[in-house]
Amino acid sequence: MSTLLSLALFLVAVAAGGWALRFAGQKATGNAPGFRDMPFAVAFGYVFGASLLVFSVWYFFQPTQTDAGVPNAGVVFFRWAVQFFIVSAVAAFLFRALGRSVGTKGSRKLFRQMPLTASFGVLVVILYAFTAVFAAWLAPHGQEEIFAKVNVLPGGNAATGGDPLHPLGTDQIGRDLLSRLIYGAQNTVGIAFVTTCLAFFLGGSLGFLAATLQGWLDQVLSRAVDVLMAIPSLIFALLLMTIASAWAGSERWLLTVYMIIIIAVIDSTRVFRLARAVGLNIVVMDYIEAAKLRGEGLGYLIFKEILPNATAPLLAEFGLRFCFVFLTIASLSFLGVGIQPPLADWGTMVRDSAQFINFAAFSPLTAALPLLAAGAIALLTVGVNFVVDWMLHRSSGLKE
Amino acid sequence: MSALVEIRDLWIEGRSDETWSPIINGASLRLNKGEVLGLIGESGAGKSTLGLAAMGFTRDGVRISKGSVMFDGIDLINASAAKKRDLLGKRIAYVAQSAAASFNPAHKLIDQHTEGPVQHGVMSRAESVQDGIELYRRLRLPNPEEIGFRYPHQVSGGQLQRAMTAMAMSCRPDLIIFDEPTTALDVTTQIEVLASIRDIVEQFDTAAIYITHDLAVVAQMADRIKVLLKGDEVEEADTRTMLAQPKEDYTKTLWAVRAFERPQKPAVHTGATPVVSVQNVSAAYGKIQVLHDVSFDIHEGRTVAVVGESGSGKSTTARCITGLLPPTSGVIEFDGQPLPANYKSRNKDQLRQAQMIYQMADTALNPRTTIGDIIGRPVQFYMGLTGKQRRRRVEELLDEIELPAAQYYDRLPSELSGGQKQRIGIARALAAEPKFIICDEVTSALDQLVAEGILKLLARLQDDLKLSYMFITHDLATVKAIADEVVVMKEGKVVEQGPKHDMFVPPHHPYTDLLLSSVPEMDPDWLTNLLNERGVDNIGDAAVDKMS
Repeated sequence: MSTLLSLALFLVAVAAGGWALRFAGQKATGNAPGFRDMPFAVAFGYVFGASLLVFSVWYFFQPTQTDAGVPNAGVVFFRWAVQFFIVSAVAAFLFRALGRSVGTKGSRKLFRQMPLTASFGVLVVILYAFTAVFAAWLAPHGQEEIFAKVNVLPGGNAATGGDPLHPLGTDQIGRDLLSRLIYGAQNTVGIAFVTTCLAFFLGGSLGFLAATLQGWLDQVLSRAVDVLMAIPSLIFALLLMTIASAWAGSERWLLTVYMIIIIAVIDSTRVFRLARAVGLNIVVMDYIEAAKLRGEGLGYLIFKEILPNATAPLLAEFGLRFCFVFLTIASLSFLGVGIQPPLADWGTMVRDSAQFINFAAFSPLTAALPLLAAGAIALLTVGVNFVVDWMLHRSSGLKE
Repeated sequence: MSALVEIRDLWIEGRSDETWSPIINGASLRLNKGEVLGLIGESGAGKSTLGLAAMGFTRDGVRISKGSVMFDGIDLINASAAKKRDLLGKRIAYVAQSAAASFNPAHKLIDQHTEGPVQHGVMSRAESVQDGIELYRRLRLPNPEEIGFRYPHQVSGGQLQRAMTAMAMSCRPDLIIFDEPTTALDVTTQIEVLASIRDIVEQFDTAAIYITHDLAVVAQMADRIKVLLKGDEVEEADTRTMLAQPKEDYTKTLWAVRAFERPQKPAVHTGATPVVSVQNVSAAYGKIQVLHDVSFDIHEGRTVAVVGESGSGKSTTARCITGLLPPTSGVIEFDGQPLPANYKSRNKDQLRQAQMIYQMADTALNPRTTIGDIIGRPVQFYMGLTGKQRRRRVEELLDEIELPAAQYYDRLPSELSGGQKQRIGIARALAAEPKFIICDEVTSALDQLVAEGILKLLARLQDDLKLSYMFITHDLATVKAIADEVVVMKEGKVVEQGPKHDMFVPPHHPYTDLLLSSVPEMDPDWLTNLLNERGVDNIGDAAVDKMS
């Protein structure tokens, strides 16, 4: 009750502050349009934002542990988040500055127009790709190598109880976590990428075909897709994976191939819907009619006339779909039917160390263990979406 | 007497590519109470921007950099947002070009009508409904008691435009800005909208700014006319003076556009085989019969104009000829040989011989393909030319349509103006080296000067290449300019056909007569005379209904 009351009081205070800000602004600037025409909601927003900022700064400088030596977990995690945010922003800024001064004329122009979020996304994608390709050289240890000494504390600082040999600690059975994260990039991201490409190839080509030919083919394909979409995708994937594991038997690599195909087919239904909808809007254009009347074949219509005009929405969907596929794989691995151990996979890593999050109140460092793999997933998702947003913005900007 | 609206030395800029570029360069205007000012110019001349500025309003990315806008002693540029909210809708109203796009499709007309008066506290809702019905009656809308309770999609375009005028009138404003209110309408519908706008503006002594690119329309509506060109004021004078003695060269060229007319060609030999012969064609969309027994011939080097209002079956006829809509009965012959009904069963040469130019060049050109590829594709597809030969041929074609090849070859359609895009559409049709081209409303989306350029180009190409055109249009000025023969269509039937000079000389079919007499003329008394002649209840839709 008292929380609700204090929240109400805070909002009233912000409202009063907003009104005061606008009034003071009007007096100070001699009724200039900026303050005169400011709606109350905007003034409220300014004051609200400012008070949140003040609170954040205050919270950031709270002590990390109480006098009794108990860690103040909220403050610790908040500090990590803020520090990470600042480091990312600086890294993105430096990366953009580098891109602006090095490279060809075209690439420099590209970087000049790039917002900070996009440069962060590009940086993340490049880093992940680099890690995935050179995993074998980058990782200090093998992904399946088990060490006798188990130490799950990240940090590698002996003073806080870490192990200098393993900068991010080990998992519960003694495998080096840093190495597994690096190999995880190869396994998880690589498989997700292949799966998404396959899903787009399937869904995209069938979707455009349905949009161009229409009639019974469109009906058959669309109804089939409806049926597939009616089944909850994760449950469906789980079911199929169970069947597939029986087929695959002891051949683990075969199971991975089955997984790629299963997820690609399930996700291609969403791509089909989009490609068909976008395609339907394009096939009614006069230039398609002109091409048909010229006597052009189906291939030319789809690849030369429709596809170039559908790239912007498809590209955006690719970014999102990639993240979804990636998360599906992680979920399947988390549930135990995805990428099979001992191959390192971020989803499996989160599952294996998930219970450590319960220690957050007592030892924030221990709780960070599952967050490392989860963070790796989150970071890529955010990075890819930043890049996609920027691409969309560019392609829509070109139209005007 | 002080002016109602006074704009002094107004400069407006628009933002593009990070810089501000001028849209209006120092315009001034004065408008007294009850006076109608016509603003004319091509697209991009800044008519709409100036019209909106008279309301103290600018679109996003546009700013007023200098000058003043005074409305009845109120400085609109420096007025507070609250003050402007009080004025807009109540004392200043706006009627947009496309009423269909401006009404909210989810609410009934009367609900949208009463919003303004109730919001501004002028009337209660009940009063406003009564007043709305009265306004609908004065604007001569059919069933004024009941029409307001319909949704926008249940009302025709011309009626919607009048309902919007009624909405603008709902608070009895002192000033209404009309932004091309009849441009999207058929000629027969346009008349009744024009007549009712003019009457109601007179009845309530409302001042108006009437924005249009159609000189004949502005001649009927305005007391004074102001001509704009690329943001500069060209000249201003009262309507009669302006029409009789324009001073500036630019104004004279605008006036002269309507004078373009090709000489009548000699009659065709009776035995000659027509290039295209449409014989007793009927067609249907599903179960709805849209064409009834349509027949006409198109001879070599001739232009046949097909006229009629929207829905009369002009474009459907074109779809039958191209094979997109196989007719239910009847034959289409090309050079004396019957063509397969469906385009899919026609061979490459049959497809090549008949080309099409579209109304909206924006949707007719693939926005992701360069000009070189758009024109180059048919060259490669039909003629089998590749590499350097293809490029040379494309450059020839660009020369043919009077665009410098070096400059345009690698451009995308979005980097071209409307008239240039239409020229590319023509070049693409020419690339197939056809005998016959269907021109579907090719000039109706263009400004008059640009449209004239396109018509002259088409005429020249016809003389050089012996092309035959089927020219679909609803604009009779275009027919006068380019046609050799005319086919008048109504409700999927051919009402009348014959050589052009016969069609423009009475006696003719009453529908042809109605169409012809509905085309606005440059005489400021034309509308008044026409209304006197026909009687107020016998114009527009009413007259069309009476005929059927």
